[in-house]
Formats: sequence, C-alpha cells, structure tokens
Amino acid sequence: MASQIVVVDPITRIEGHLRIEAQTDATGTITQASSAGTMVRGIEIILRGRDPRDAWAFAQRICGVCTLVHGIASVRTVENALNYEIPPNAQLIRNLMIAAQFVHDHVMHFYHLHALDWVDVVSALKADPAKTSELAQSISSYPKSSPGYFSDQQKKLKNFVESGQLGIFANGYWGNPGYKLPPEANLMAVSHYLEALAWQREVVKLHAIFGGKNPHPNFLVGGAPCAISVHPEHLESGVEQYSGGAGAGATAVNIVGLEVVQNVIHQMRTFVDQVYLPDTLAIAGFYKDWFTRGEGVGNFLTFGEFPQKGMNDPKSFLIPPAAIVNRDLTKLHPVDLSDPAQVQEFVTHSWYDYSVGKDKGLHPYKGETVLHYTGPKPPYEHLDTEQSYSWMKSPRWRGKPMEVGPLARVLVLYASGHEPTREIANYALKKLGLPIQALYSTLGRTAARTLESKVIVDAMQGWYDGLIANIKTGDVRTFNDRLWEPSSWPKTARGVGYTEAPRGALAHWVVIKDGKIDNYQAVVPTTWNAGPRDASGQEGPYEASLKGTQLYDAKQPLEILRTIHSFDPCIACAVHVTDPEGAELIQVKVT
Amino acid sequence: MSKDDSLGESLRKQGISRRAFMKFCAATASVLALPPGMATVMAAALSRARRPSVIYLSYQECTGCGESLTRSFSPTLESLIFNAMSLDYYETLQAAAGTAAEAARKTAMKENWGKYLLVVDGAVPVGNDGVYCTIAGESAVDILTEAAKGAAAVVSVGTCAAFGGIPHANPNPTGAVAVSQIVRDKPVVNVSGCPPVPEVITGVLAHYLTFGSIPELDHLGRPKVFFGETIHDRCYRRPFYDQGKFAKTFDDEGARNGWCLYELGCKGPVTYNACATVKWNQGTSYPIESGHGCLGCSEPDFWDKGSFYQALSTGTWSGATVLGVAAVAGAAIGVGAAVVSRRRQAHLDNEKQPKEKQP
Repeated sequence: MASQIVVVDPITRIEGHLRIEAQTDATGTITQASSAGTMVRGIEIILRGRDPRDAWAFAQRICGVCTLVHGIASVRTVENALNYEIPPNAQLIRNLMIAAQFVHDHVMHFYHLHALDWVDVVSALKADPAKTSELAQSISSYPKSSPGYFSDQQKKLKNFVESGQLGIFANGYWGNPGYKLPPEANLMAVSHYLEALAWQREVVKLHAIFGGKNPHPNFLVGGAPCAISVHPEHLESGVEQYSGGAGAGATAVNIVGLEVVQNVIHQMRTFVDQVYLPDTLAIAGFYKDWFTRGEGVGNFLTFGEFPQKGMNDPKSFLIPPAAIVNRDLTKLHPVDLSDPAQVQEFVTHSWYDYSVGKDKGLHPYKGETVLHYTGPKPPYEHLDTEQSYSWMKSPRWRGKPMEVGPLARVLVLYASGHEPTREIANYALKKLGLPIQALYSTLGRTAARTLESKVIVDAMQGWYDGLIANIKTGDVRTFNDRLWEPSSWPKTARGVGYTEAPRGALAHWVVIKDGKIDNYQAVVPTTWNAGPRDASGQEGPYEASLKGTQLYDAKQPLEILRTIHSFDPCIACAVHVTDPEGAELIQVKVT
Repeated sequence: MSKDDSLGESLRKQGISRRAFMKFCAATASVLALPPGMATVMAAALSRARRPSVIYLSYQECTGCGESLTRSFSPTLESLIFNAMSLDYYETLQAAAGTAAEAARKTAMKENWGKYLLVVDGAVPVGNDGVYCTIAGESAVDILTEAAKGAAAVVSVGTCAAFGGIPHANPNPTGAVAVSQIVRDKPVVNVSGCPPVPEVITGVLAHYLTFGSIPELDHLGRPKVFFGETIHDRCYRRPFYDQGKFAKTFDDEGARNGWCLYELGCKGPVTYNACATVKWNQGTSYPIESGHGCLGCSEPDFWDKGSFYQALSTGTWSGATVLGVAAVAGAAIGVGAAVVSRRRQAHLDNEKQPKEKQP
C-alpha cells in the first residue's frame, strides 16, 4: 500500500455531515487525520432578537436525534439568567425525559448506527438457528430466542439478500477479515437490530406523554408544559376504575398516561438488561484488540446531570461535573462554565474569523462567530488541512482538548466512587478479562455507553416514584408563572445552562436585553470531540483517536468507521453560531 | 427473490402469508383513508413489482425527520424496506460510507433512471456557491439538481425541505431554500412538519410505492389526505373553545382540565396537519394533549411569525384577524392561508438570488 490520503465522505450512520481525511503511510497506518464538519445553518444567528421563551424550540432543532437535549439546555439557560425556579414535579419530569433520551439514543446508536461495523449481515445467512438460540440463551433470558425465531429472521434476511436489492446494506464491507463474529453471533445481532427498531418506537411514548410528541417533544421555560390531570383518588383506585381516558377534560398526563410511562420504564430496563448489555459484552468479547486502540486525548470532561435538588445544587447530581486530565482518576478537577480561563473556543482551522486573530481562544461570553469559508470551491477532491478545514470550532478546557460523552461520564462516576457504576463496570471488565485501562479505547467508549445506560435506566424508577408520591400529597404543580411575563424581567440578564447529552457535555449561553435575545451560544459535545486542531496544533479527540490505526484495505475504511462511530457523532449539533456580547460581530458555531 | 421475482413470490418465500400481507395493505390503506376495497388494489400492485428504488438525501437538517420515519407504526420502516421499497441511499442508516456509499447512489440512479423516488430532508443552501453544505466534496444544490433529473417524483420530508424551515428563518445566514425552489420540472410533494407525523411520511411513501403516483395535493403541495384540515378543527379540546373555556396559564385548573390553549398561543387554528387525528407515537398524544400549544410547524415560515406563546388574536399569523367566533373560523382561515400562499410565492421569487453577505 502506498502512502495516500484516504477520504471518507460521507461518514454514514451518524447524525449530519462529517468528512474524514486521513494520511496513511506505506503500511496503511494513519499518521494524521483531519475531521471536518461540512454543513452549517447558523442557528445562533437566527436566534438573535427573539423571545427567550421561544429559544428552546429553535435550539432543539439543532438536532433531532438527541432530540431534547438542546431544548433542555435552552430552558435551563433562560432560567439561569432569570434565576427562575421550577417546581419539583417539573424537575422529575425533565429527569425522566432526559433519561429516556439517553437510553433510547444509546440503544439506537448501538444497533442502528454502530453495529454494522462489527456485525457482518451476510455472514448471518450461514448461521445455524439452533446454535444461535443456544448462544442467545446462554447470555440472556430474553424470551425471543427460540430456534424457530432465529430461523424466521434468517429466512427473511436470506430472501432480502437474494432479491439482489440490498438497499441500505448495499456495498457494505461484508466479508472484510476485520469482521470476527461467528455466523450465529451475527444472526443474533441482526435479529436484535430489528427488535431494537420496534422497541425504540414504543419507548419514546414517554416523551409523547410529557412532551406531546417525539421527535422534538415540547418544553417550557419555568417548568413542564404538561399539566397533570391526575387526582390522588385515581392513584388509589387504579387505572381500571378510571374512565377519564385521554379524552376531553384531561391532558395526556392522566392515570392512563402515567401507566404508559411506567410501562416504558419497564420496557427500557428489560431491554437494557436482557439485550443491550449482554449483546455488548458478547460482541466485545470477539474484538478485544479494539480495547487497545482508538484512545483519543486522555482528558475527559463532564458538566453534570440529573439534579435531585435543583440545578443550583450540583452536589445532588447523579453525574457530577468534573474534569479528568491525563487519565488521572485520583483527581477530579472542578469545572466552572463562567470562568473565562476554563472553556475557550479556537478557530485556527475553522471557517470563521475572530477580531483578535485566528490564533486566540475566546470564552463563549466573549466569543465571536463570523462565517468565512476559505476552503476549495465545490466540487473538490481534498481540503487544505494545513489551513481552515471545518465548520466546527475547537473548544478547549484550560487549553486542553477534552473528550466528552459516555466514557467521560463513566470515568467520572467511577473515580467519584459511585457504587452502581463501579459495580457494573467491574462486572463487565471481569467478564471480558480486561483491566480498567481497557476503557481508554474505541470499544471502551462503546462499552461505556452501555454501562451508563444501565446506571441511568436503573435510576428512572426513583424519579417516577417521586412524581407519584408528590401527586399523592396533592402537589400537581408543573409550572411556576412568577417570571413568565417578560415585563417581570430585569433589563439585562445573562446565564448559562447545561446538560449531559447522550454524546456528552452540552452548554448554552444567553444574553437577554429588553426581553429579547441579544446573544446566544452553544458549545456542544461533538464540537469537543470532532473539532479540528487548535492554535498550538493539538488535535481533538476524533483526530487523535485515529492516529496509529492501521487500515486493512483503504477502499474499505472499516477501522475509521469503528473509531469514529464509537464517539456517536452528531454533526448538526457540532456546528452552530453566536455573537459576542454587545459587539457587532456575529458569532457562529458549527451546525 | 431472484431479480425477476415479483414481490408476492418473494413474500411467499419468506413465509409471509397472503393473510399477513393483506393485513399490511389494509393497515396502510386505512392510514391513507382509502376505501376498504383499495387494500386489494394495493396488494395487487405490490405483488407485481420489484421493490421500487428510493433515494433519500439529507442536507441542512437535524435528522429529526429521519428519526420520525423510524417511529412509524403503520406501516413500519422495516416493513417498507423488506416489502415495498429498495432504500438504496440513506446516509443515516446505510452500511457503506464514503466512496462505497456514493457508488451505491450512483448505481441506483443509473439502474433506475427516470423511475426512482427521490426523498429529501433539509433545506438547500445556495448562498456562496453552496459551500454551506457539501457531501463528498459536492455541494448539496449540485447533488440535488443531478439526482432530481432522474427521479420520477420528489418527496420533500419536513418543513426545511418543504418550505426552507429553520435554516431559512430570518436572517437566513446561508441562503437556504426549499427543494421546490431547485426542482422545478418534477412533481414535488411537500410533507411538512417539524418533523412530520411518522405515519404521514410512511403513508405518502406507501401511496407512491403502491399506486406509482402522488396523492392529491393542496395549494402548498401537501397531500390533502393529511393536511386537509386544521389541528383546531379536529382537536379534542375544541368543545372547550366553543364553550369559551381557556387555560390561562400552564398549570391552572383549566390546564389540568384540558381546556383550550388558544390564549397560551396555540397555532392549531391556522395549522394544517394530522396531529389531532393520526396523533403521535401510536396515538399516544400530540402537543396540545400534552399541554403545549401547537407551534404551527407544518406551515411555511412558522419560525418568523412571532412568539409561540402569543395568542393568534394578537399575533402576526396570516395577517388577518383570525377567529374570535368559532363559526367564522373556516372562512377566516381560508383567506389567511391564501394570503400566506401568495406572500410565500412572492417571497420565494425574491430568493432566487439568495442574500449572501451576512454573517
């Protein structure tokens, strides 16, 4: 193999438009990789001048996959700016919605976006359904596991393949020696691909109950929009005695709706316990070499999530805010999003200009975003990766590139001594016969996603029970109208709101003047992970993680897909737009 | 099935009984509000054909529309993929990436030239020579133009593709336009909504795949079967509107009793969509049922019509004084919609030369 630039564009099975250019040497090993976001909308520019109470709906359209995270971050940002408290029920409802998003998103990522990097669909045709059944039953008590079930699935697949119309499976890298699963494991995984597709349709009903629909459920500054139509006596008599239904005279949050929510929580736990977790461990067991490559930058960052006592008490969060530097799990550094020395964004290799020059970093409150495309005119073969090459910026924490996402959260939880996390992580590592250092890798990242799903799904019942307990005491408040009217606001206000999105730490910053948005910014997970090199040439996590990866066949860049997909890219999120406070410049982040 | 097998044959080989197949057709026909006999016609049509090629392109979008597609209960995405269409290019789900993905698209276009259905989500940025969205080094507008040439018809999924949506919202920093602004010589179906109701997307696809034609459209290019009535007309809270019972805030007694959300900014009276009838996520709820007013997301330029919490009577929607008395609602809305439509046309015509500059 001669040294060459391998271009993968589009990176498929992700959200959005991502391009990877990788320089390889004569052995096919990547010596430098460049990550480029190739689509921008400018949503932060569009937000300027609007009613801050409307901002969540705009911000939410940054992404429809992690469909609620920008809505949540946005309402929290406005609430932070106005010092606007929300009722406990609204907090519990938001926690349930965020948790449901995590579990839904992670399962879909594993089966529908990531699995085909590890699972050879065509090989599944050679599987023995009886042996597949044995395999499935040896790792899980999931009921759909009979030989007949797998035989039916295989038949369906066989006819599909033989039709010659392979559709979404066409031109896959089937038969590449990088695929290591035996046919039976492939058949099991393909079957669960379809099961997961059906499961995910069901579990988003939780969002439909509280938010009216999914994708893009509704939110509300000051609380939750869904008034509760349940009276304590309904809870005593149970659903059979209640004839109200979802008809006139009630909202979706009635006794029937709450039963739906309870069922969803059960369905989510069952699927994580019986399908997602066992499948992850089973598949990972065949790819242990992928626990030694694809690490990234070794620094990790969380902003924190799942408040138990409101956003002003981060100590109560299930996932704490923290930074880990250089794999040092003995020291969790505090994170302050308002400190100008901590979070900064660089545009040295991004298609933006800064008034202070392209080599300086700016804190989001002082940030600028001026779109300035200097790349080649399309159609083009290559980007000039020595110059600007992406619509994403390069965020840094105290000057360091940081990885955000499931691995960062699992490490922070583990390091902080969170018992359920330590238990599940130690169980998984023991099962695979791997040390904790194995998590610093492509499959470590993928496994961390599964592990945190287990931690989060197990926490959901507590929030649901809390909601029911409140309703039983007669507390059905979901909204605080104290600061709803803009006339009650100060002339100027600014605030930062944050969340943990499935893909990692997310924060929005807003400046409000005379009841309107003067400036709006978002620094999002995929920008942290996928941004280009910064002023001092430091690579972001995507770029660093690909370095040293050897490609078996440059025409089938399976290895690149495995590592990039392990981050679960969300490029629409990663590109956005902002504006510096009081300045005339328009700041833009990548979307 | 071998290349020449009909779908009926293929289903028999897969062990799918005629009964199960008819059930699929009946469910689909019912979503489309077709008369019962049409299920048989559908079945006959589907049994004849190889699965038609569908090429699905994504531009300035958030993937919410694609996610919505996966949420459809009837028909499901997987039943469409296995039974009714060959989804030959769809970045979000396809196995191949990079060159192999582009090759799959080009092969499908070549083999099915003139016959494939082109589905698009996302707006198309035409500012600055299209640099704001490129795929494999090509601009979105170039790819779309080329792909549309060989398409039998185009389905714009979501308000961004249908009307420009959020990228097109003021000040439209990238010169984003609707698909119909680029594709002028092919039938374009606008399946609007942010995102559209899942069953509305699959219903339109199923209609095309079954009959080989597009359903009847309204003046904005939307299928009448789903966009023929306003949310308000079919809202379960309509009786409260007629009684003059309105929620005044989001968790007062009225809100908890499911009273009308008109005063909290609901845009249901001017929004044509199937939310109140088909509902969301297998009929679980829809925005109004969960206590939030309708945003009006299936209407052109809904992002630029004032606050979502501003009551229609005081707002800027459609430039007309809307409602007030329920009985005149229909007439008022009709006028309003026509005004919107004319304004939109003028607006779009202005945009052939998209404003660049900012930011």
